[in-house]
Amino acid sequence: MSDPKIEGYTFKPGFKGMAQDTGSDQTMFKGVHWGKAMMWIFLLSDTFIFSCFLISYMKGRGSTLIDWPNPSEVFGLHVFGVDVPLLLIAIMTFVLITSSGTMALAVKYGYEKNKKMCGWLILFTALGGLTFVGMQAFEWSKLIHEGVRPWSNPFGAPQFGSFFFMITGFHGTHVSIGVIFLFIYAYKTFKGHYDEGKRGWFTTIKGDYVEIEILGLYWHFVDLVWVFIFAFFYLW
Amino acid sequence: MSDTKKQEQTSTHKIGIYLWIWGLLFVLSFFSYMVDWYQFQGMLRWSLILIFMFLKAGLIMAFFMHLFWERYALVNVLLWPMTAIACFIFLMVAEFEYTVFTRIFYFVVGG
Repeated sequence: MSDPKIEGYTFKPGFKGMAQDTGSDQTMFKGVHWGKAMMWIFLLSDTFIFSCFLISYMKGRGSTLIDWPNPSEVFGLHVFGVDVPLLLIAIMTFVLITSSGTMALAVKYGYEKNKKMCGWLILFTALGGLTFVGMQAFEWSKLIHEGVRPWSNPFGAPQFGSFFFMITGFHGTHVSIGVIFLFIYAYKTFKGHYDEGKRGWFTTIKGDYVEIEILGLYWHFVDLVWVFIFAFFYLW
Repeated sequence: MSDTKKQEQTSTHKIGIYLWIWGLLFVLSFFSYMVDWYQFQGMLRWSLILIFMFLKAGLIMAFFMHLFWERYALVNVLLWPMTAIACFIFLMVAEFEYTVFTRIFYFVVGG
């Protein structure tokens, strides 16, 4: 955690620090990088968006009188002559967790100013994300080919398609945006922008490895959302 | 004070903790896939799904997103709004039960 020093301010840990923080003069979270605080606020609002999607899915699935399509059959794959339930989704989950782990390590090496390790790990994370998006594209095209549409599908309740495309599409968009930024940050890390304190776009604040942590927060959030989608949409 | 600033910026957590959490996430994901593999049904299935989900979400937030080490003010600002989501879930459960009830009622009795 990066704490730029503020003149005449010392942070107290625990609940005392919390009272001091929430009741503090002018700004809350004194000493926290503004980008990090804003990323958390953004993630909070994003949580509400995804919650609304999942809650509306719960409402739609709960109130339909037609049987909901069985996800483990719909998302099953036929490999080597055997039907494996949810295979693709399981692989996607493992790929995303792998990339989340490499991102966590990238943040760690970033704070240790280990440019090479940090850069490679970010690059690996980006490749993981790209693989995930690729498999999602495959899944979408497979389902569309099988006749799933937002208004109807051959498996059961017609609401299935609209919730599926909306929720996984919105999550896939987040992953895609994350992948773009991961590639940019990998470039910036290898170039040494965070060692030199080179300024980014639209900002006069000098570059710092805390930016890797901010990117990491976003990437872990994408993984976090997938945990919920995996549980509620694919397993339930 | 400038010394403490430097220390804080370079001090990181040991690599072991990340690897442990990473491994746990893999194991938990594997378990939640096994829930589907063995086709558990009913309350057992739902409770297992929820347990593994919350464990995974908690591990990611606490250690990968560093919330475990963050100041309480930030943790509280993030977690208290979740109660609003919980309320919304309860409201919508009541709502879908009512919708199902009216649908069944009118399909049986007729308009």
